[in-house]
Amino acid sequence: MKGVAEDRSEAEFGDLKPAYSRTQALVEANRCLYCFDPPCVRACPTSIDIPQFIRRIAEDNVEGAARSIFEKNILGMSCARVCPVEVLCVGKCVFNEAEVVPIEIGRLQRFATDRAYEEEWRFFEAGEDTGLKVALIGGGPASLAAAHELRRLGHAVDLFEKSNRLGGLNRSGIAPYKMKSGRAEEEVEWVLSVGGIGLRLETSIPEDISWTEIEKRYDAVFLGMGLGPDTILPIEGRNLKGVYGAVALIERIKLGSADLDGVRTAIVLGGGNTAIDMARELRGLGVEEVIMAYRGRREVMSGYAHEWSRAVKEGVIAQWSCQPLEILGSDGRVEAVRFQRLDAQKSPIPGEEFTLSANLVAFALGQQKLGNLVAGLDGIEVVGGRIVVGQSGATGRPGFFAGGDCANGGKEVVNAVAEGKAAALAIHEYLESRSD
Amino acid sequence: MPNLESNTAGIISPNPFWLASAPPTNSGRQIMRAFDAGWGGAVWKTVGQPIQNTSSRFGGLAWRGQKGVGFNNIELITDRTMDTNFREIAEVKKRFPNHALIVSLMVESKEEWKEVIDRSVDAGADGIELNFGCPHGMCERGMGSAVGQEPEVNERITSWAKEFSTIPVLVKLTPNVSDIVPHGLAAQAGGADGVSLINTVKSIISVDVENFVPRPSVGGKSTNGGYCGAAVRPIALHMVGALSRSPEFRLPISGIGGITDWSNAVEFLLLGASSVQVCTEVMLRGYRIVEDMIDGLENYMRRKGLECLGDFIGRAIPAYTEWGELDINFESVARIDPETCIGCQKCVVACHDGAHQCIHPGPEADSVPIVDEPECVGCNLCEIVCPVPDCIQMVQVDNGLAEVSWNEHLVRNLRIREKKGSHGYDMPE
Ligand SMILES: Cc1cc2nc3c(=O)[nH]c(=O)nc-3n(C[C@H](O)[C@H](O)[C@H](O)COP(=O)(O)OP(=O)(O)OC[C@H]3O[C@@H](n4cnc5c(N)ncnc54)[C@H](O)[C@@H]3O)c2cc1C
Ligand SMILES: Cc1cc2nc3c(=O)[nH]c(=O)nc-3n(C[C@H](O)[C@H](O)[C@H](O)COP(=O)(O)O)c2cc1C
Ligand code: SF4
Ligand code: SF4
Ligand code: SF4
Repeated sequence: MKGVAEDRSEAEFGDLKPAYSRTQALVEANRCLYCFDPPCVRACPTSIDIPQFIRRIAEDNVEGAARSIFEKNILGMSCARVCPVEVLCVGKCVFNEAEVVPIEIGRLQRFATDRAYEEEWRFFEAGEDTGLKVALIGGGPASLAAAHELRRLGHAVDLFEKSNRLGGLNRSGIAPYKMKSGRAEEEVEWVLSVGGIGLRLETSIPEDISWTEIEKRYDAVFLGMGLGPDTILPIEGRNLKGVYGAVALIERIKLGSADLDGVRTAIVLGGGNTAIDMARELRGLGVEEVIMAYRGRREVMSGYAHEWSRAVKEGVIAQWSCQPLEILGSDGRVEAVRFQRLDAQKSPIPGEEFTLSANLVAFALGQQKLGNLVAGLDGIEVVGGRIVVGQSGATGRPGFFAGGDCANGGKEVVNAVAEGKAAALAIHEYLESRSD
Repeated sequence: MPNLESNTAGIISPNPFWLASAPPTNSGRQIMRAFDAGWGGAVWKTVGQPIQNTSSRFGGLAWRGQKGVGFNNIELITDRTMDTNFREIAEVKKRFPNHALIVSLMVESKEEWKEVIDRSVDAGADGIELNFGCPHGMCERGMGSAVGQEPEVNERITSWAKEFSTIPVLVKLTPNVSDIVPHGLAAQAGGADGVSLINTVKSIISVDVENFVPRPSVGGKSTNGGYCGAAVRPIALHMVGALSRSPEFRLPISGIGGITDWSNAVEFLLLGASSVQVCTEVMLRGYRIVEDMIDGLENYMRRKGLECLGDFIGRAIPAYTEWGELDINFESVARIDPETCIGCQKCVVACHDGAHQCIHPGPEADSVPIVDEPECVGCNLCEIVCPVPDCIQMVQVDNGLAEVSWNEHLVRNLRIREKKGSHGYDMPE
């Protein structure tokens, strides 16, 4: 396989939430109350009919359970593993109100969807050819979901992907204890099996094909190019060896092998979920001391509390309220980071500086926004790097729709799926209205 | 795509799932919502002279934390006027011409029967169902199960109905009889086009031990009601099977009683029903359950290579026979899968105290129990109590003996199996 190392570092990781056995699945499924219009469903961005699919598992109709899931969310297999269910469906299960352990919706979803892959159940077919063509820019979850839906509606679609493989960050970014990249690749095959999704890999838009050309060849365009590379602070020492962007380093762990020889101490800069993932992955790969250094205090970090508490259990250490001033090194290699202490308002406390030694530094301060890629297209509004869209994903330029990270600024896979699908339906409506 | 179309006594519906005559079919609005949700047919809440219900009227049976495993009610027939019901029936039929709409009826005199049947036919109903089954309240007034328990009365009223009706007539039977077959035959003799069963079983659902009054309590007093829900399914399955198996009985059957999901429905079809009716499970979980029933049935049919309901209606009947015809030499024993056993020892205590003392604790505490196969009678009790799916399997053992039924053995004195598990122990001192 092109571009994929055989001995990926991610192979070292186990499964955070292992697959259910049939016994486990049945016991859990029978616990679900089959609520009506329940909060768990409302908390799912793709509105999976949770009581319905769980009931079907309990009734020994796993095929029906899988169909019910995929009908709403074609990436339901990976979402079952990667969704932060603690803040989505599971976090809203009514059992929380009674202080009873909530239903493990994600694991039940995994039980049904894994089975569908195993048994090669196929539920969907391409619709009758409409003769209309849609271009999808980016090959991540948003575009995949949109492409699948558009095919079901009978439109021809071409996916343009900059890299040599599909899957986006779902393949290259997900913490390996949640899902390995190989599984995301299998999912891509599963989605493509609906048939007729044209692929243009290693094609960057508008670099390789101009927007004018795209507009000429297609009846509508979906923008799903996600976010750009890691944001790196313009501080001294950022180019030293051993300094990385977190998303880039995670990609290396997942798709290749990360060289961590001689790395004893690592510092991760940031306080979001990427920072927590980075820290946990480094710990998991055997780095003895991993410090997450964040500007604010624990209460205000954007990383999820449940993720952070797992990181602490695994031995990740925090440095709250501090900001890097410079990265120090010798012989071109990183050796330490000098920090400024901040107060509760994140303002510097004069004279309070300190230095921590480290053999690796990762910037996890967010990814750059890609809005400028569409800067030349009249009508498309870009605010703070994000493409502005309405409810159904329409941009200000007729025929142009967007969804996923490039429009929402960076959320979860399940949001990208929901937005991709909604945009596909809106594109369908747009194409129909145009053809009347 | 399997074809789910069902035909019961000439009543055609897009699928075999009907709502039974009960609160879920009280009004046109409800039935239209149910049809939208996917139900193939509905039997209108029994129409007759409108009654007055008690306020408190349902009781539920909870078992080990699971509510609603059984259900009972002291509700009577419709409390809405005939004009309202028939107007709505006509309206529903107009809007849903392809769904089966059956009107359940219960009145007293021949004139009244003529009136309600004429009005049902005029309203466009696809069939009528004679409610000879209600076991509370109505029977005190000489209707419902009071009719269903008397074959002669059943036959007489059925024949009136046939005289007046131009659409199929189903007779809904009561299970509150010792043998269902004569009652099915009475309906047949009266000319019925089909039967539906079961109605509810006479019951007291529970007693409030604090206040010394049975439930449901109506201001401190109660009465016996009709039992239904999952718990009555075995009774219903037996009665449906008994009719299907009877050589004289030839009518189509609509199966009712404790149906909760697709597999229960299949059970009724396998025992000869051509459609099924559901009440309690819809009362507990709503019309939406039909989606799962349809999906489950379709998947089952695809998996089994069945194209239409006719391919399997009655398929389990040939295997339903008399005790005396069973192979007395067939032998099976329990086998435990040590990989999945969780060591709960439930099988051990069940076998020791409730069967034949042939599963013994393993060598260490909590280890996998040991089946003494030469002593295991193969009764299935351990398999029933084991909490892990498929952990205990009953496997056939070859004892080298030819198949022989008890009846054959009585006639020909053939060699039969040694008895197992009777342990000729001496009583302890
Ligand atoms: C480290 C990390 C961990 C994460 N963990 C989780 C998690 O556990 N659970 C979860 O739900 N979400 C997680 N996410 C978020 C999730 O991965 C994203 O929200 C999701 O992948 C967004 O999908 P998308 O299709 O919008 O964009 P992407 O997945 O980013 O896909 C965009 C695709 O477009 C391509 N592309 C970009 N520009 C162009 C161009 N000009 N021309 C052609 N192609 C282009 C890219 O190569 C990429 O393949 C994580 C993100 C990161 C960074
Ligand atoms: C509250 C209630 C009211 C009922 N009313 C009627 C009725 O009016 N006419 C009738 O034929 N059966 C009536 N039934 C019986 C049901 O139609 C059905 O035969 C019985 O409940 C068994 O099916 P189930 O186990 O699916 O509930 C009633 C049942 C219940 C629970
Ligand atoms: S809220 Fe919880 S119990 Fe209710 S349907 Fe959802 S998962 Fe089941
Ligand atoms: S279920 Fe409805 S009608 Fe019955 S008691 Fe409750 S609120 Fe009243
Ligand atoms: S009941 Fe089942 S799980 Fe429990 S000890 Fe026996 S075989 Fe094992």
